Amino acid sequence: MDNIAGTKSSLTWAVHISVAVLVALWLFPTVGLFVSSFRTADQIATSGWWKALFPQEQNEVLRTAAPDTQIQEGALYVIEGNLFETGSESEISAWGTSSREISAYAPGETADLGEDGRLTVMADGTYRYENDTAFEGRRGDRVFVTATAPPEFTLDNYRQVLLSEDATDSMAKAFFNTLTVTIPATIIPILIAAFAAYALAWMDFPGRALLIAAVVGLLVVPLQLALIPLLKLHLGIGIGKGYLGVWLAHTGFGLPLAIYLLRNYMVGLPRDIIENARVDGASDFQIFVKIILPLSFPALASFAIFQFLWTWNDLLVALVFLIDSTGETTVMTRQIVELLGTRGGNWEILATAAFVSIAVPLIVFFAMQKYLVRGMLAGSVK
Amino acid sequence: MHPALQGMLTIVIGVGACITYFWGSNQFLDKVLYPPKGPNAGRNINRANIIRPWLFLFPAVFALGLYLAYPVVETLRLSVTQRIPGGGSEFVGLDNYTQMFGEQKFWEAMRNNMMWLLVVPAVSTAMGLLVAQLTDRIKWGAIAKSLIFMPMAISFVGAAVIWKLVYDARPPGTEQIGVLNAIYVGLMDGEPQQWLTTPFWNNFFLMIVLVWIQTGFAMVILSAALRGIPEETVEAAIVDGAGPFQVFFKIKVPQIMGTIVVVWTTITIVVLKIFDIVFAMTNGQWETQVLANYMYDKLFRSNDWGVGSASAMVIMLLVTPILVWNVYNARKEMR
Repeated sequence: MDNIAGTKSSLTWAVHISVAVLVALWLFPTVGLFVSSFRTADQIATSGWWKALFPQEQNEVLRTAAPDTQIQEGALYVIEGNLFETGSESEISAWGTSSREISAYAPGETADLGEDGRLTVMADGTYRYENDTAFEGRRGDRVFVTATAPPEFTLDNYRQVLLSEDATDSMAKAFFNTLTVTIPATIIPILIAAFAAYALAWMDFPGRALLIAAVVGLLVVPLQLALIPLLKLHLGIGIGKGYLGVWLAHTGFGLPLAIYLLRNYMVGLPRDIIENARVDGASDFQIFVKIILPLSFPALASFAIFQFLWTWNDLLVALVFLIDSTGETTVMTRQIVELLGTRGGNWEILATAAFVSIAVPLIVFFAMQKYLVRGMLAGSVK
Repeated sequence: MHPALQGMLTIVIGVGACITYFWGSNQFLDKVLYPPKGPNAGRNINRANIIRPWLFLFPAVFALGLYLAYPVVETLRLSVTQRIPGGGSEFVGLDNYTQMFGEQKFWEAMRNNMMWLLVVPAVSTAMGLLVAQLTDRIKWGAIAKSLIFMPMAISFVGAAVIWKLVYDARPPGTEQIGVLNAIYVGLMDGEPQQWLTTPFWNNFFLMIVLVWIQTGFAMVILSAALRGIPEETVEAAIVDGAGPFQVFFKIKVPQIMGTIVVVWTTITIVVLKIFDIVFAMTNGQWETQVLANYMYDKLFRSNDWGVGSASAMVIMLLVTPILVWNVYNARKEMR
């Protein structure tokens, strides 16, 4: 369509701009969470995350040092120091000594406070407070400043979420639990499905078409139906709630897609190779292991990614089959839902916990996107 | 035992058992039961070939039967029975259904599910088609697509947290930290809104989360379909003087109609089962109940397996037309 005379430039621009807007819209929410996970609770509560990326102007109430640090310079009593903590890069644009006039003075000006003395505050926060008589009292005086602080980020949230001993915040245990659920639940269905897919693709037997139709049908059966009967079954045969139950459940629920994907892929493999191997006397088992399995690697990878994302992100199956009343086997999705309930306002903890849980799928996603797309194209029922 | 060790052990045992089963059963068939030698060699080979597919299929068929087919039947049975205190159950006919149909919460869930069903597949597919078409011919299209596709990797729960931050509301007069309220208050001069607790409209704010996730899926599939359109049809239309919009709506869309339907139905199934987003964001309060969450409530909060099973059957009933249609198409394609 690039060659439609006359409309090219304006339309191309419109396309570029609309795509840019859409991408920004799609990214914005996730970036918000990501940025928030590096901010302190205070920062999150007082300003939107989008402001964190730019220097911020904020009003602060600071104090001069206590009078007992004063020194005597001739007839003058002097307190010197910096209003900010060491290492701060904030810059003062205006300041005042009363809450009614917080921006009465510019940096470098001297405020004459009558018999309380004279205060000079510089832009970087250093001040000189001098008086003709000795300063009294226990605490320093308040100074109201309007300061521009550079963006500031912290890793404290991650430290708390990953390393804290506090069970309600800790994601470390949930992280390993999730991993424990995910890996067997990804590998085992692949093996079972691969053999079945080979039989459905390359072996001839009565009832094959019916079985394929059944697999297509089971693809869409909602797993909600399986919850009670299988929980009853698991409790009945003594598996109970635990890892074994959740592995079996994920294997069962993942199988239709696995078989469907792998069969579709295997059917497309060249017939000649398989026929030749048969003529040369290879058994079906040998053909499967030596020819089909290596050639099906892309399809196996596609399904592995699907199953990994699905089991990692799952909440319902874990709630029903895994997590018992002790909460020892909690997974990350469950932990986050708990946090949403108990710490709904603590965005620094929530954002960080959520980001810890979505980081791994995101890495897998960007690293193996090619296989994911391929699997998706093969897996949608045509 | 440490669960990680237990997991490792399960992988080893599971994989080992699978391999032993497949290898062992094939060996048994060929070496012991019907060896392809001796006086009956020919007959033995034929017999072995009849049995072998079922050796390959057995674990899968068994797991499918136990974990998906049996529950459908068992749920149906549970939905017409009631547990008797002290153990056992009795047949109660349609009592569970009658009780469910009498509950206002159920109809609220039905209404909301229907709204989800109307809005989410349509909007996701339309957005996906739009993005697929727009990114088709631009240089950085691949990057744009991968970024819009990204939410697919994020869990529903993670998405719920992400969007809760977007919808966050602070009291009037204070600085808004949710983007939506910041825009609403800052640019449109409104009062900060509690987007998730305003009945009726909050449903749409929950739907946005799913649209955000599913648009990437629709885009990937439709983008591949657009690429598959024969170049000549588009060129012929341009030669005949068709504008870009006409080319899109009259040439391209009709050719990928089949794929659009597939995307639509796939998202429809996701919508029918939607649970996590509602569970994590509102838990069905403020009139946002949906069927799957209603079922979860019945099962694990009220501990009422009869009504829970009945509502699961309602979800199954809604999925059935798509199931039949898929099977019909798959069989047609195989002939």
